[in-house]
Amino acid sequence: MDNMITLTIDGIEVQAPQGSTVLEAARLAGIRIPTLCFLKGINEIGACRMCVVDSGARSLQAACVLPAANGMKVKTNTPEIRAYRKNILELLLSTHEKKCLSCVRSQNCELQALCKELGVEDGDKFEGFKVNYTIDDLSPSIVRDNNKCVLCRRCVAVCQKVQNVGVIGPVNRGMKTAIESPWEMHLSEMSCINCGQCIVNCPVGALYEKDDTKKVWDLLRDPSKHVVVQPAPAVRAALGEEFGLPMGTSVTGKMASALKRLGFDKVFDTDFGADLTIMEEANELVERIKNGGVLPMITSCSPGWIKYCETYHPDFLPNLSSCKSPHEMLGAMVKTYYAEKAGIDPKDIAVVSVMPCTAKKFEAARPELGHNGLADVDVVITTRELARMIKEANINFNLLPDGDFDSLMGESTGAAVIFGATGGVMEAALRTAYEVITGEKLENVDFHDVRGIEGIKEATVNIGGTDVNVAVANGTGNATKLLERVKNGEKKYTFLEVMACPGGCVNGGGQPIVSAETKMDVDVRVERAKALYGEDVAKPLRKSHENAEIKQIYADFLDKPGSHLAHELLHTTYQKREKYSK
Amino acid sequence: MDDERTKFAELEKLIAEHKDQKGALMPVLQGAQGIFGCVSEDVQKAIAEGLGVTLAEVYGVATFYAQFSLHPKGKYLISVCLGTACYVKGSQSILDKLSQVLDIPVGGTTPDGKFTLEATRCLGACGLAPVMMINGQVYGRLTPDAIPAIIDKYKNDDGEVA
Repeated sequence: MDNMITLTIDGIEVQAPQGSTVLEAARLAGIRIPTLCFLKGINEIGACRMCVVDSGARSLQAACVLPAANGMKVKTNTPEIRAYRKNILELLLSTHEKKCLSCVRSQNCELQALCKELGVEDGDKFEGFKVNYTIDDLSPSIVRDNNKCVLCRRCVAVCQKVQNVGVIGPVNRGMKTAIESPWEMHLSEMSCINCGQCIVNCPVGALYEKDDTKKVWDLLRDPSKHVVVQPAPAVRAALGEEFGLPMGTSVTGKMASALKRLGFDKVFDTDFGADLTIMEEANELVERIKNGGVLPMITSCSPGWIKYCETYHPDFLPNLSSCKSPHEMLGAMVKTYYAEKAGIDPKDIAVVSVMPCTAKKFEAARPELGHNGLADVDVVITTRELARMIKEANINFNLLPDGDFDSLMGESTGAAVIFGATGGVMEAALRTAYEVITGEKLENVDFHDVRGIEGIKEATVNIGGTDVNVAVANGTGNATKLLERVKNGEKKYTFLEVMACPGGCVNGGGQPIVSAETKMDVDVRVERAKALYGEDVAKPLRKSHENAEIKQIYADFLDKPGSHLAHELLHTTYQKREKYSK
Repeated sequence: MDDERTKFAELEKLIAEHKDQKGALMPVLQGAQGIFGCVSEDVQKAIAEGLGVTLAEVYGVATFYAQFSLHPKGKYLISVCLGTACYVKGSQSILDKLSQVLDIPVGGTTPDGKFTLEATRCLGACGLAPVMMINGQVYGRLTPDAIPAIIDKYKNDDGEVA
């Protein structure tokens, strides 16, 4: 094979594709060269020097950026190299706040793992220059603690290069170097979209979600509160990882059981909210097409995307669907429809959302997302926070029987469950819009063109004799590229889906954190999405409008999609935002 | 105000000249420092917007290089030499005394905008160690006790010294 090269690593002959780095080639030979700053495809800068190897050059080279060459002889595991790596760790520890016992990342920390693997014996070997950094916890979503930062720049790279946001960067130089927002601004004063991609790519505990579990525990112990919980589609595709289950294991039933054991009064499903969203959104799309409304219409489920659009592309605000996101819709229905049916004063109801997302925390606090002075959703916790609560409650998750969601708003279709993956909202909307527009039954519900992890996907769908152009972007950097295409006008689009996180909600900023090493071999976005598409296929109903409880809510309460009441409770507005609020 | 507007117009021209070139940020920051005397928050925001880079990047570069100043410097720039000879001869105590007399940290500027205090590398006047410079005027063989009188001269004298 012409495009393969042969090199020898630690005496093992290995064939690797041309263009591989030594790090990649070594993995093919079953050699795990340790890394810290390396993040595949995102941060490949050779900065931390953990991955140094001896390639016969004058000095040790960083394997993550060292091109593998034909005939190369590399050593990765000499006493000299091991001592070098250990020394790097000891120096990192000299400035590190070593509060591992109470650190949110304990046992899931790449620095901790490296110290253990490389046999660091004394974490206090050197006393380093320490700055006592103030923890930035003013954002409703993200906490930054520079006392634990190892300056790997993975957060900076993902924020800037993937998300096209760039609200943090290295500041100052030498020992005073820190990752900061400019001009000593807090994240909350910047145009941070709260997506949390920095968190899920941080190797240590320097970035984490604003923990709201205490609020939930307080609600659960308050006898005057009727506490309703709802988990998002993507949560069930990842929660199991927190309990050692393989990536891509769907844990819907165990999750429902765990939520009941935690003591929630009602366990509804955001998937129901997703089906409701499709009813409203498909109707809005059809109305816009029929009445010459603003097109392309763009989905509005992802709060990271919404804040991104409000800040960076305010000229597209009229394109955003006015639909609230699924959990907000469900929250609004809990405090009206359910409150009425159950005979409970909405003031006594608290809605807790379990989301794969840190931006949902910001979203829930938006003043416009409420009714009669009550917020639609009271507390948002992430998948990780739910896992912590389950552990704290001593629930043996893996032994739980499969439970069910409570009826009234617990039923969902396959269309709803795929909301958690990029392209899923588009596909779900098409399944319903097709039947609404044509009045015919859609036989093949699978729209493969909009699935997968490609940054921007396009499809042309024939609906009742008309070709409709749709496109899907995941990651806000790709969203900007897609909007450029719209502006250029080379193609007329009718409907666009944008999710802020790469791969969609399955890879959201609130999801279980996967190490950079695992991500070298496994694509988190793909594996978790498989769980959702698997659930979709297994569902007896795969179109939102076939959901019996959805039919019931319109018959009993909302009348029809886009009704006056639906508009009042299920739709929202957007506002232009400045980049800096200081 | 008009003066500010002229400066920002000049900055806009500078940005336009460099906009599409690779590594435009450095020359634009340098130019901006020349125009404004420092690269303040508003100046950096204008650069970020103009070049299509993030403020985080502009601020990162501006804080990396000691050459850039984030805040306007005082009318009198006091540079105390911390080169080897001066340091051995006790220039740290000169610097500390100045910091105390002016009531500002090293790198700071007095609230009235009159004095900025800086530590600097060798000024090349080691024979006079310890040395400081105020707007180009060199003061040598200093002792901490001599500092208040020198500062008083500049305090009372509006620009006539030096």
